[in-house]
Amino acid sequence: MGILEVKGVGKRFGGLQALGDVNLSVQENTVHAIIGPNGAGKSTLLNCFVGKLIPDTGSVMFDGQSLLGRTPYEITQMGVSRVFQTPEIFGDLNVMENMMIPCFAKRDGSFRMHAFESVAEETDLVEKAEQMLIDVNMIDKRHMHASSMSRGDKRRLEMAMCLVQDPKLLLLDEPTAGMARADTNNTIDLLKEIKEKRDITMAIIEHDMHVVFSLADRITVLAQGTPLVEDSPDKIKDHPKVREAYLGETQQ
Amino acid sequence: MLGLDKKDMKFLLIVTFLTLATPILLQPFPEGSGLAQFNAGYPDLMQRFAIFGIFAIGFNILFGLTGYLSFGHAAFLGVGSYSAVWMFKLLSMNVLPGLVLAVIMSGLFALVIGYVSLRRSGIYFSILTLAFAQMSYNLAYSVLTPITNGETGLQVTLNDPRILGQQVSASGNVPGTHFFGIEMGAAQKIAIGSWEFTFSAGYYFCAIIAIIAFYLSLRIFRSPFGLMLRAIKSNQQRLNYTGLNARPYTLAAFVISGMYAGLAGGLLASMDPLAGAERMQWTASGEVVLMTILGGVGTMMGPVLGAGVIKYMENIFSKINDQVLHQWFGWLPDSLESIVIWAAEHFVGSGWHMTSGVLFMIVVIFLPGGLVEGGQRIKSYFKNRRGGDSDDPEHHPKQAPHVAE
Repeated sequence: MGILEVKGVGKRFGGLQALGDVNLSVQENTVHAIIGPNGAGKSTLLNCFVGKLIPDTGSVMFDGQSLLGRTPYEITQMGVSRVFQTPEIFGDLNVMENMMIPCFAKRDGSFRMHAFESVAEETDLVEKAEQMLIDVNMIDKRHMHASSMSRGDKRRLEMAMCLVQDPKLLLLDEPTAGMARADTNNTIDLLKEIKEKRDITMAIIEHDMHVVFSLADRITVLAQGTPLVEDSPDKIKDHPKVREAYLGETQQ
Repeated sequence: MLGLDKKDMKFLLIVTFLTLATPILLQPFPEGSGLAQFNAGYPDLMQRFAIFGIFAIGFNILFGLTGYLSFGHAAFLGVGSYSAVWMFKLLSMNVLPGLVLAVIMSGLFALVIGYVSLRRSGIYFSILTLAFAQMSYNLAYSVLTPITNGETGLQVTLNDPRILGQQVSASGNVPGTHFFGIEMGAAQKIAIGSWEFTFSAGYYFCAIIAIIAFYLSLRIFRSPFGLMLRAIKSNQQRLNYTGLNARPYTLAAFVISGMYAGLAGGLLASMDPLAGAERMQWTASGEVVLMTILGGVGTMMGPVLGAGVIKYMENIFSKINDQVLHQWFGWLPDSLESIVIWAAEHFVGSGWHMTSGVLFMIVVIFLPGGLVEGGQRIKSYFKNRRGGDSDDPEHHPKQAPHVAE
């Protein structure tokens, strides 16, 4: 039984059947990649995991509990973190403040009226946030305004904000989309490091085959809203069906 | 100390000192001199500085931190005033129960209005709050006349029960408001040379409450709660996916700022025991938005500065009339004088709105961070000229601006 169990998920937008009948099982402590050509329904599927969309049919179970009908913040509190295609961080705040917010959310839940405490006096959380920044090599940027950083650093910060909450499942939505080669390689290294150092399950949606094949333990290929194959990276590489769906041709 | 770090403590002490010394600082010109009309050290105006300062500080907790622009905060000001006057009528002329009820009632009002309005954000939120405030304003004039006394406004009279206090003063009039015996209307004039300073009990009462309000707001700014509010303004998407529910945070901020507005309304009534519906009109809601933006949104000092500037212009510029202008420009040749006066009179007297409008435009265009940003720019200009910091700015990562400045 996987940590994330998707059974018979379907989603229709008007006349478009975005997801047909998706069955998927993400095993604990693995990196599971979901790939597929544009319009295959990858993002729709991801949005069904985090409470942004509610599927018309099927079930999404995480850690034995259904995710359907829950809001994004409830799902995050259950231990599912999400990294976005373009890094979503608190641009108006500095790096350290960005890190403190997930720390508070993890400790205090989705709301707490702590209006007369001081952020600086929460030494435990400050330490935790700083340790995380050291882990991702950003401690020297702790006072920097988050919006003034490079895209690679923003991605790193976003990742750190997710990881500091010790999520059971980390969802990544095209984490290297639109990145320069160097930044992409940086991100791959960071993800590899995270995978080695922590017991974490990741589900990753990606276009870039280089990223997928250097990270994934298991790959599901999605085409026109239904899973085509699910297998290990080595087998996927040479699978004729995948080549056909992905490249639109069969190479001789 | 007091839960503040050294820098904030220093900041609070400076603000406290400036507030307490206001009756002297705002009286820089000797009596009888031509510039004496620019003195602002009279009790009525100073009380307004403090009261509208409180109003703006509270508004800034909502608008400055969360970015939710309420266009209906005057409703809470009005609710506060009515509540306080009712306490003066029923209980006693002591301002304390009046202020307590003002804060509670405006908090309840804010809870209801906020609960509904915060279902939307952006312009829709603004419109909803505006609609609620206009509704309150119209209700005060019509259906709620038994509570608000309609157009005449709610006043204290000789027939009021005042079960805990004096019904009629020794001289046969309605007694004045007081705080455990300290008359709000009491004032002490002290003349030093040709300067005359007025120390009024009412002003100092407002000033002390304003300092407390400022201190509480400083604590909120530095708290995890304040951090969450700033996060809401910055990126609600990320906030949601960090496991935080924005709704209760924004509602709490809305209620707190509503209570600040109610406190300000209660204080207005405490200084002058009278409450009218015009206090709830949309222009009054707009005024606090202008104050906050003029001073600097999201800064600690900005809203207070903005409130001061607008109230100063409203009271001082509006007093300058034709005669004063003739005195100023009398030295010009007659034909030129009449042209200059014709142009100038549009900006003074009842035309003071024109001046404040121009000032507002200049600030918004050239100093988006408000007057506080202006101050910071001047400060850094002088710092650079002294050459204290000759390091290459390129090699200094930009520091996040400190929210207190």
